[in-house]
Amino acid sequence: MKYLKQFTVIMAVTCVGEILKYMIDLPVPGSIYGLVLMLFLLIFRVIRLEQVREAADLLVEIMPVMFIPAAVGLVVSWEKIRSMLIPLFVIVPVSTFLVMGVTGKVTDFMIGRKTDKEGTQ
Amino acid sequence: MNSFFVGSATAGAVISLISYFIGVSVKKRWKLAILNPLLISIVLVIAFLLAADIDYDAYQSSAGYLSYLLTPATVSLAIPLYRQLEILKKNAAAILTGIVSGVLTSLVAILLMAVLFGLSHEEYVTLLPKSITTAIGMGVSEELGGYSTITAAVIIITGVLGNMSAEIVCRIFRIRSAVSRGLAIGTASHAIGTAKAMEMGEVEGAMSSLAIVVSGLCTVAGAAVFAGLY
Repeated sequence: MKYLKQFTVIMAVTCVGEILKYMIDLPVPGSIYGLVLMLFLLIFRVIRLEQVREAADLLVEIMPVMFIPAAVGLVVSWEKIRSMLIPLFVIVPVSTFLVMGVTGKVTDFMIGRKTDKEGTQ
Repeated sequence: MNSFFVGSATAGAVISLISYFIGVSVKKRWKLAILNPLLISIVLVIAFLLAADIDYDAYQSSAGYLSYLLTPATVSLAIPLYRQLEILKKNAAAILTGIVSGVLTSLVAILLMAVLFGLSHEEYVTLLPKSITTAIGMGVSEELGGYSTITAAVIIITGVLGNMSAEIVCRIFRIRSAVSRGLAIGTASHAIGTAKAMEMGEVEGAMSSLAIVVSGLCTVAGAAVFAGLY
């Protein structure tokens, strides 16, 4: 019964996320409402970790496979991006690496500054 | 073969799962960054479909339910995040600053390169949400008058690229803390990158999940402002 219960809890929270998406007119998907809702339910102990843990770990572990169908679909949408192909060849890698680098460095810097402060106190 | 795939509820999913499993084994054996399991599995599935003469729609109809699980799986990212709640609380200011600067970097970089390449306004807004999760990104693109199907394709390419390059980029930029690495990956390459962050460690995975949410929401607001600039 453990998995049935856990799966039910996860699907129910997901469904509430979809209801929120239906009611709120913003370009935010149900999965994001669901994630935030699940986090709050855990923080406020409405749901305990044991009530979702194993089923959630399973879903997270197999998550990479869920992207394969959409990525294979790029073969079909190839025609659509052809007009922008050359700019995309530059824009996608440059912006992706830059965002990764800047986010990481800024966070490192902020964490470092905090630790320094704590050290001198 | 094609009609079998159309009627099958498992064939496409099995091909995808086996391909990914091969991808993981190859990566384990040779440990080269280019041998990314996700990339290998995508190439293998495409090669299989071409070799067996199966169209994408037939594959999709028997693999699609893997994608249906994406919504509950994304919700489940709250669980690793909850386990790292103390780290989140302790570094809240650093985390928020990091993600916001990443989102701004993305928007500014796309603006500058759109000017450089002389993209049309529609093409520019199509690319603005390229680093965030597909469902938010497509919505943003559509709202701003972009081509949302191109946005979806570019988001997936960005994700796979982030997944492939995360370890190298973190090493080149010498990103020290696990918190920073996770946020960097999630902000740059959303859920597909997060799958990699999960493999790197529990802290990386949790922070990457957090970055999907926060950077996604910041981009909704930021892209609306940036759309007016070019």
